Amino acid sequence: MAYSTKVIDHYDNPRNVGSLDKADPNVGTGMVGAPECGDVMKLQIKVNPETQIIEDAKFKTFGCGSAIASSSLATEWLKGKSVDDALQIKNTDIVTELALPPVKIHCSVLAEDAIKAAITDYKKKTGVAVEAQATA
Amino acid sequence: MKLPIYLDNHATTPMDPRVLQAMMPYFTEYFGNAASRNHSFGWVAEEAVEKARKQIAQLIGATAKEIIFTSGATESNNLALKGVAEMYAERGNHIITAATEHKAILDTCKRLEKEGVRVTYLPLKGDGLVDLDMLRESITDKTILVTIMYANNEIGVVQPVREIGAICKEKGVLFHTDGVQAVGKIPVNVVDDNIDLLSLSGHKIYGPKGVGALYVRRRNPRVQLTAQMDGGGHERGMRSGTLNVAGIAGLGEACELARLEMADEMVRLASLREKLKVKLESSLEETYINGSMEHRLPGNLNISFAYVEGESLLMGINDVAVSSGSACTSATLEPSYVLKALGLGDDLAHTSIRFGIGRFNTEEEIDYTADKVISVVNKLRELSPLWEMFKDGVDLSKVQWTAH
Repeated sequence: MAYSTKVIDHYDNPRNVGSLDKADPNVGTGMVGAPECGDVMKLQIKVNPETQIIEDAKFKTFGCGSAIASSSLATEWLKGKSVDDALQIKNTDIVTELALPPVKIHCSVLAEDAIKAAITDYKKKTGVAVEAQATA
Repeated sequence: MKLPIYLDNHATTPMDPRVLQAMMPYFTEYFGNAASRNHSFGWVAEEAVEKARKQIAQLIGATAKEIIFTSGATESNNLALKGVAEMYAERGNHIITAATEHKAILDTCKRLEKEGVRVTYLPLKGDGLVDLDMLRESITDKTILVTIMYANNEIGVVQPVREIGAICKEKGVLFHTDGVQAVGKIPVNVVDDNIDLLSLSGHKIYGPKGVGALYVRRRNPRVQLTAQMDGGGHERGMRSGTLNVAGIAGLGEACELARLEMADEMVRLASLREKLKVKLESSLEETYINGSMEHRLPGNLNISFAYVEGESLLMGINDVAVSSGSACTSATLEPSYVLKALGLGDDLAHTSIRFGIGRFNTEEEIDYTADKVISVVNKLRELSPLWEMFKDGVDLSKVQWTAH
């Protein structure tokens, strides 16, 4: 199976690897997937409470190269976006950007789920009602 | 040292140049049909085929007449199982096999089940070995065949074939073994092991692809098979089709070389494997060997690097060709059924790597591979949320995962 150059680039130089303080009220954490399924993504965002802009994003992923690339790309896209704009990121955008083959589409779905989970967690913490789409 | 390095010798092996040399004349100069009985072109071809038959027989302790040429081990396995099931249908309709067999056995069994044959799939012990008591208890008066592979293609575990053969003989049941990974690598003797049918393949032993053989015992008992292909009645009527003379000459030469060099080669491979194992285990924590270390092919190492997904590891060591039990590397998106049969959790199956060391690998290559694997595993663990949790003392089995 040949990987696209963008997947290889993210695999070789993953962006924003690391962890943010889970206990920080402005940090939202999303953990999706399962070890039995072969992929687990942890994605964290740090939101400015005044502007609702995502100021920082970090990830750690256990999974294939495409899963790593999908979550790395997601953190890149999240930084600087408002929380509401971040909810508009679709897995198909990731598929297109990384040129993922059909068997790897689930990696992009997982990345979208991770984004939504992190935002849901952040909103829960700040007491904002969780929007229906956040659990889609 | 040349990159990339080939360490996937259970999948296939490079052809030995000496084998190619033995094959060459039979493509052009001696192109005759081995079944042409009335001119020298046919006689020369037949002579080459009969020489190869002897070479193969000698490697496994058989007689030349007991060797049937096929297109490869998949065909040999199909012919053995279907041929026996059909020929012995009046005597019984029960076959015993094991959960870790190759697909060429398991899928043939599934086909036979659809045709009314009953199949018992023996579970394996944690080390990958067949439980002999369980095998004995599974044999009924309807059992016609036991088929257990000699050595496994993923974990390299070598079954107690001699004991299995003895049980089958005692119970009067035929014994077939898929010898693809074992023949030419470790001593195999169909007489001592009481084997009635044995499949082998050319390309796993530094010979050509597209040629294999089935050993069919002729005496004590005389095994009969129903042919699965109709035609000219070649190979004692068991396998029709014009013989692949060049391929057969190559298979014969490959067997001859394996027989002559096996003793030294076993020692050399075992020492390379040990070197790789020690290097990996001393530099990396949380590594797990899959399958028995004691009963194992000398060139095999199957190891799980916990918290690192197999395909991502393969991607990082892209100048070393190995394979993984990870779902992401399989066509079915399921992790290795062999590892699962050993009782390994899916999580560890996803992190397994199979190293297959062969005749042309060098110590330098093993050193390079070990260093590369160590550095990539460390890098990926830094990236792994599971590794982070493990280091924080989280019990991963207690975590509520969101399965998808």
